[in-house]
Amino acid sequence: MIAEKIDINKLPKKALRDTYGEILVELGKIDPEMVVLDADLSESTRTHKFHVAYPDRFFNAGIAEQNLIGIAAGLAYTGRTVYASSFAIFLAGRPWEIIRQQIAYNKLNVKLVASHGGVSVGQDGASHQMNEDVSLMRILPNMNVIVPADSIEMEKILKKVHWIKEPFYIRMGREKFPVILPENYEFELGKGYVLKEGKDVSVIACGVMVSMALQAAYELEDEGIDVEVINMSSIKPIDKDLIIQTAKKTGAVVTSEEHSIIGGLGSAVAEVLAENYPTILVRHGVEDRFGISGPAWEVMEELGLSVSGLKKKIKEALTKKVR
Amino acid sequence: MRDIQELKEIARELRIDIITMVYNAQSGHPGGSLSAIDILTVLYFGGFLRYDPKNPWWEDRDRFILSKGHASPALYSVLAKAGYIPKEELSTYRKIKGFTPDGYSRLQGHPAWQGNKHGVPGAEASTGSLGQGLSVAIGQALSGRLANKDYKVYVMLGDGEVQEGMTWEAAMFAGHHKLDNLIAILDNNNLQIDGDIRQIVNIHPLKEKYEAFGWHVIEIDGHDYQQIIDAFTQANQVKGKPTMIVAHTVKGKGISFMENNFKWHGVAPSKEEHEKAIQELTTGGV
Repeated sequence: MIAEKIDINKLPKKALRDTYGEILVELGKIDPEMVVLDADLSESTRTHKFHVAYPDRFFNAGIAEQNLIGIAAGLAYTGRTVYASSFAIFLAGRPWEIIRQQIAYNKLNVKLVASHGGVSVGQDGASHQMNEDVSLMRILPNMNVIVPADSIEMEKILKKVHWIKEPFYIRMGREKFPVILPENYEFELGKGYVLKEGKDVSVIACGVMVSMALQAAYELEDEGIDVEVINMSSIKPIDKDLIIQTAKKTGAVVTSEEHSIIGGLGSAVAEVLAENYPTILVRHGVEDRFGISGPAWEVMEELGLSVSGLKKKIKEALTKKVR
Repeated sequence: MRDIQELKEIARELRIDIITMVYNAQSGHPGGSLSAIDILTVLYFGGFLRYDPKNPWWEDRDRFILSKGHASPALYSVLAKAGYIPKEELSTYRKIKGFTPDGYSRLQGHPAWQGNKHGVPGAEASTGSLGQGLSVAIGQALSGRLANKDYKVYVMLGDGEVQEGMTWEAAMFAGHHKLDNLIAILDNNNLQIDGDIRQIVNIHPLKEKYEAFGWHVIEIDGHDYQQIIDAFTQANQVKGKPTMIVAHTVKGKGISFMENNFKWHGVAPSKEEHEKAIQELTTGGV
């Protein structure tokens, strides 16, 4: 838990994909069986760092994501640990059915690591803003789904799940995220992490929204609202116990994600609460709509994915709770 | 090594197994199983595929992927004959109960990989959704090359299957990487579910297409044993290119009323039709 009050705008920032590229090279040194694949976006996803370090163990499928996934499966069938990367829209969207038939159905050891998830892709516009990937991946049996909050967590996740021989979908954004987790943080699959305790309302967030949730919580402190903030990076499996526990404690839950409010973290939390401990729930995320072009953080602001947007949702939850 | 007459006797036996499996299940795909079975017989029993049914995870084994997974009765009959599974297990095809640890059938409607909890020993990939097997075979071939292993990866595609765009992504990649440990067979029986391929969406000419993608192409009659043997022999000697064997076949081959009739793509025979088929296969010449 982070005790002291922080201002996220003053924290150092780092893009998760930069960490991804660095850790791939580290893992490649200790695991000679590991291979990495990309589909003509290796500079953007940072898999090119692995390509430079281990040219024999890197394969570029070209602009052919269906073949990318099929080849990844073939390599995994022979016992290798496989990483396959592209933008979220092309990695989770285009070849979804092949992911289902090969990687999920056979529980293959393939890590699908997507960059450019969500609307913070910014100026490329709606065509490239993937807000449906967590939903698409979460529904697949055998698939683990993780949305890291910052670069420290990204590193911890990779070093842990590399050795779990199961399918994973790990989702990163394009932009630099504030580094909020302590260096000694340890990721545990299926476990949430309480960043700040509170008693009035709980915010369960993932990805870049975790740092915004923390900022919103500190700003609301000045208004006398005590917000609990939870990083729920492990969306599948999800930490049911922690969700129920925080709902019992505060009586109102807000989910926050850079993803459609349909099918992602918000839905996962709603499912847990509805079946176990019905609680007032407000889902903060991309509404049922497509995005727009513009500078990343301006697009986020425009769609309500900002500290002020989240604060409104927190107050909405409190209003509903009182009623 | 078996001679051609012995191989033909095996294929006759496997055709009986195929048609009986589909009859027992009252479900399945006889037409494309019968067009493929002569090629599979030569591959598994003619001395080409290197395998050990007692050790299905042997690292140095050759791999065979049935990308046209609906021809699963052909694969299952071969796996039983080769000794991967007991022959009596064929009666569990498309049934709930069977031989997995949790009591379900390992002979799913379409093949499940041997590492899948409902998979069958000897199946090198889960297939059935068309278009994926060639890419998977490429992954296995790349892995073998990377490990300096000399195993070959064989994969069989249907002709209708190559209407799937993914197969051309794969063809381009395999040609680019000069994967000479990859041998594909295209079961060109001319028919898909809705009818004649040339009338639905024409895929021809095949030889010129694959050659343009950097493949060595061999065209054969897929029911002529000497031609099948010669094609596999040649494919194993090709260097610097993947090989595509375009095998011209007859859908429903071996059962007179099923031959060249697309209605038999995915229909089970009645009791009378099954008896007639068995009679033809038992008494006919090979």
